[in-house]
Amino acid sequence: MLLNQFLLLAAALFCIGVYGVLVRKNAMLVLMSVELILNAVNINLVAFGTLTDDVGGEVFALFTIAVAAAEVGIGLAIVLLMYRNRRSIDLSEADLMKG
Amino acid sequence: MTALLAGISSDTDIFVLQNIFFGVIAAVMIIGALRVVTTSNIVHAALWLVVVLAGVAAQFILLGAEFVAVTQVLVYIGAVVVLFLFGVMLTRASLGDDESVAEEKRTMAALVGVLLFVVMAGALLDTWSDDRVLIEEPQRVAEVSDSIFSQYIVPFEAVSVLLLAALIGAIVVARKD
Amino acid sequence: MNSLLAVALPLVTEGPSEVSSVTNDANWFLENAWLIPLLPAISFLLILFFGKRMPKKGAEFGIAAVGLAFVLAILTGVSWIDHRDNFDGPLAESPSTHAVDDHSDDADHSDDADHSDDADHSEDADHADDADHADDLVLTTEADDGEHAEDDGHGEESHAYVAVQKSTQWFQSGGIEFNAGILVDGLSVMMLFVVTLISLLVHIYSTDYVGGDRRYTHYFAFLSLFTASMLFFVLSDNILQMIVGWELVGVCSFALIGHWWEEKPNSDAALKAFLTNRVGDVGLLVGMITLFFAAGGGQTFDTLAINNAINQGTVGHTALVVAAAALMAAVMSKSGQFILHTWLPDAMAGPTPVSALIHAATMVVAGIFMVARLYPVFFEGMSIGGSSINLLSTIGAITLVFAGLLAFVQTDIKKVLAYSTVSQLGYMAMALGVGAWGAAVFHLFTHAFFKANLFLGSGSVAHAVHSFDMKKDMGGMRKFMPQTYKTFIIGSVALAGVFPLAGFWSKDEILVGTGGWGLFGGTGGNGAYTFHLTMGMIGAALTAAYMTRCIYLTFHGEYRGNDHADADPAHAGEHAAPHESGPRILWPLYILSGFSLVIGLVNLPPGFFESSKVLSFLPHGWEERFLHFVEPGGASYFPAISHGTPSWSLAIVSSLIAIGGGALAYWYYFVKVDGLAKQTEQHLTELPNGLVTTNKLARTGHKVLVEKYYLDHLYTGVIAGFTKGPLARAAYWVNQNIIDSTVDRAGETAVRVGQGLYDKVDQGLIEGVVNGSGRISDATGQELRKINSGKVQNYAAILFAGAAVLAGVFVLIFAL
Repeated sequence: MLLNQFLLLAAALFCIGVYGVLVRKNAMLVLMSVELILNAVNINLVAFGTLTDDVGGEVFALFTIAVAAAEVGIGLAIVLLMYRNRRSIDLSEADLMKG
Repeated sequence: MTALLAGISSDTDIFVLQNIFFGVIAAVMIIGALRVVTTSNIVHAALWLVVVLAGVAAQFILLGAEFVAVTQVLVYIGAVVVLFLFGVMLTRASLGDDESVAEEKRTMAALVGVLLFVVMAGALLDTWSDDRVLIEEPQRVAEVSDSIFSQYIVPFEAVSVLLLAALIGAIVVARKD
Repeated sequence: MNSLLAVALPLVTEGPSEVSSVTNDANWFLENAWLIPLLPAISFLLILFFGKRMPKKGAEFGIAAVGLAFVLAILTGVSWIDHRDNFDGPLAESPSTHAVDDHSDDADHSDDADHSDDADHSEDADHADDADHADDLVLTTEADDGEHAEDDGHGEESHAYVAVQKSTQWFQSGGIEFNAGILVDGLSVMMLFVVTLISLLVHIYSTDYVGGDRRYTHYFAFLSLFTASMLFFVLSDNILQMIVGWELVGVCSFALIGHWWEEKPNSDAALKAFLTNRVGDVGLLVGMITLFFAAGGGQTFDTLAINNAINQGTVGHTALVVAAAALMAAVMSKSGQFILHTWLPDAMAGPTPVSALIHAATMVVAGIFMVARLYPVFFEGMSIGGSSINLLSTIGAITLVFAGLLAFVQTDIKKVLAYSTVSQLGYMAMALGVGAWGAAVFHLFTHAFFKANLFLGSGSVAHAVHSFDMKKDMGGMRKFMPQTYKTFIIGSVALAGVFPLAGFWSKDEILVGTGGWGLFGGTGGNGAYTFHLTMGMIGAALTAAYMTRCIYLTFHGEYRGNDHADADPAHAGEHAAPHESGPRILWPLYILSGFSLVIGLVNLPPGFFESSKVLSFLPHGWEERFLHFVEPGGASYFPAISHGTPSWSLAIVSSLIAIGGGALAYWYYFVKVDGLAKQTEQHLTELPNGLVTTNKLARTGHKVLVEKYYLDHLYTGVIAGFTKGPLARAAYWVNQNIIDSTVDRAGETAVRVGQGLYDKVDQGLIEGVVNGSGRISDATGQELRKINSGKVQNYAAILFAGAAVLAGVFVLIFAL
């Protein structure tokens, strides 16, 4: 198996995740897109780890998973707060910083 | 592509099979990701996300990282997606179709995405054009755990503290008082 | 008798020596002569501050200071006499000592040939003697060769004439040094003696004359200041100091003339004196500045340096002509020469002792002194040697005759004496103008004594009758004031120039010096000033005549003071019996008349004893003593002038003319008027139907004299009137219509330009630019603001786009 196929897959997932972050209005969906990005990174890590026969790639992927989980938890809490304060999680309405 | 096909033809059956599996799973993943970012139903988006995550786990197995694959399924699909669904519920998202894609941003975002992909792809194809991933045997869990608790002990502890912080933080941020 | 028929050789003083005749190192009195002006100056300050509290109201300070100064002056004089004959010390480096090759470079002398011949003769004759003295001399320069022995025609050898100069630098600025110092030579020493003696006598006289005056202390303060200023003036070693002294004495004169300024005529007279002097001071400044710039290579104020330079021929002739002409104006005003003399008679409004001191003996001779001091300027500038007419001598001659004529029509005794002073000053100026330097200075010397004597005498008379009017209040005073009468007679005879009193010797020397006498071999001199000789003789006749008139009107006839007693009963008793004045008035009179008697004998003309068989037993050493000590013959700063040989024929003729004039007046007054008065038993002062009443020409002449040649009318009426009236109006018109309008026009233009600038440039252009830039910034800002949409995803979009581009750039770079 070529390395590149995994890497290209990861790149594709990453770009789709970026598209999702930029396009989605709902905050939850943005978070989901962020998950896509993180997973793409994970694939990259493991692929390189396997390439170089280094276990560090997997270990790093594990840590990434843990961090992603923590991040989702906090993100969700923030979104809940946002919902509580303004009854909507539409990101296009969150433009108080508009200058 | 030719290198891919060449690789496929010149390898043994196992590798050919692996490549086929890889291709199928990769296609599913891509479709799933696209659906995540384009569907107007938020629950559907979460479910398509599950598909993607599962695909990722399969890729891990293909790469011989079994422990990571299992952890991926447990944590991501089992916890994170559930969390997402909870969030969806708590924020009273309309469960039906919802216009949750901003029309005006689509073009620009698509452009950005494409641009990014082109750049990255170009770089990747240029750099690792002929590298192969050779898996003699899947990674042993014992080696992973040895590595975590010896070489990467400090990041491990840091991550645990991070999780603690995230835990407390989430409670603090989201509590009603 | 031989010398009568012999051809008179011009007695030439040696040409100016090559090395500057000055030293800094001499007798203590000569070096410290600056103490002499200092004492009256200190007394001035003391009187000013403490005078009112002193028992004698400040007079003590004045008399003590001047007395002490007089003693110092005598000692200085004695030191000078010793110095003149015995000085062998080192000469000083004067500022301009150029080595001149030849005396024949002095191109302005017409008697050059004679001059250089004499020089050669003396040199040859005296080198032998020089060799003897060479061992004794302690000289640090090569002055050995420069010391020419003066051959005064008797085969006697006399010493080189060396002046003493001490100066310090006061300050220097821009390369010009301003020094203050003293220059002591025969001329200064003589002036010191005269000024201190007459000032002392005037001080003593004033204690009686102005006793009880409302401003007694003030008077004495100014007397001291005047004395100090005059002494300062005569001791000056540079022309700047001379200017300072000149002005100072002018100020003191102003203050003292206007002593009783409560009466307007007095203050008017004081102003007239000061302002007329001011006119001349312009000439003084111009002349001095010309000399400063023209003299010898460097620019220097030092009198000696200037004189040396002129004698060595390094100064341009045009500059000298200009300087001499300008300084002439100064002399004309200060020393009362013809056109600018008008202030002197009016100055008689001041107290009589002041007139005696200032306007007879000392201040008015400041101009003469200045000419004498800077003689090379005039000698070269006016080409005195060898010509027959020049500005200085002619003005002097005119002055002496015209002023003499004016003395005839005065009723005020002091005015008679004032015009007489003007006339005598004319003598001195004429003498300087014809090259008779020694004669002029000697006349200055003698004139001081007898004129002060006459003034103080008139003051004594006036003190007794409280008036100066001869015709109205005097007459027959010889009965009441015999002592004053005697001293007055002695003074008048000395003034008229009768042998053997002082005036005869000095006046005769002047006439000799004109060189115009051609009979019996003539007198020689520096030129042939025949016109001036004539004027001099006429002047002598006039002098005798008006003095005779004055004596008759004052002392002879009957006392007229009570004549208008009926008209003025209040003062009737005062004039009843005038009495002789007290000792403080009389003793100065005695001293001065004593001097008038004998002072002429210090300058007996050479050949006097030889040619007169009677006195031939007296030693030659008595001849020309004054000239020997005072005239800087052979000094580097004195030009080579010729001395005339005295001639008995001239002396006799001039005496006859003078006596003739006096006799005419005597005949008119003592014989005819007195006779008529006795006949008709009236108090007459003139013949009732005399020449003036009958003859139209005489009457016109009399009128012109009484109006003082209409000069005052010219000055105040015409010149001042023109300036005050039409000239001032014209200037005002120019100012209002031309100057002011230009300024106004300039102002209006400026305002309009400003307005235009404001509207077009400031408001239009600049404001436009500034506002425009503001608006541009605003618009840009409005557009750029839209980036801040507040939407996170927009920001993220830009972020990712940027990252993508950057990544692309890096990839491309690495690929390439």
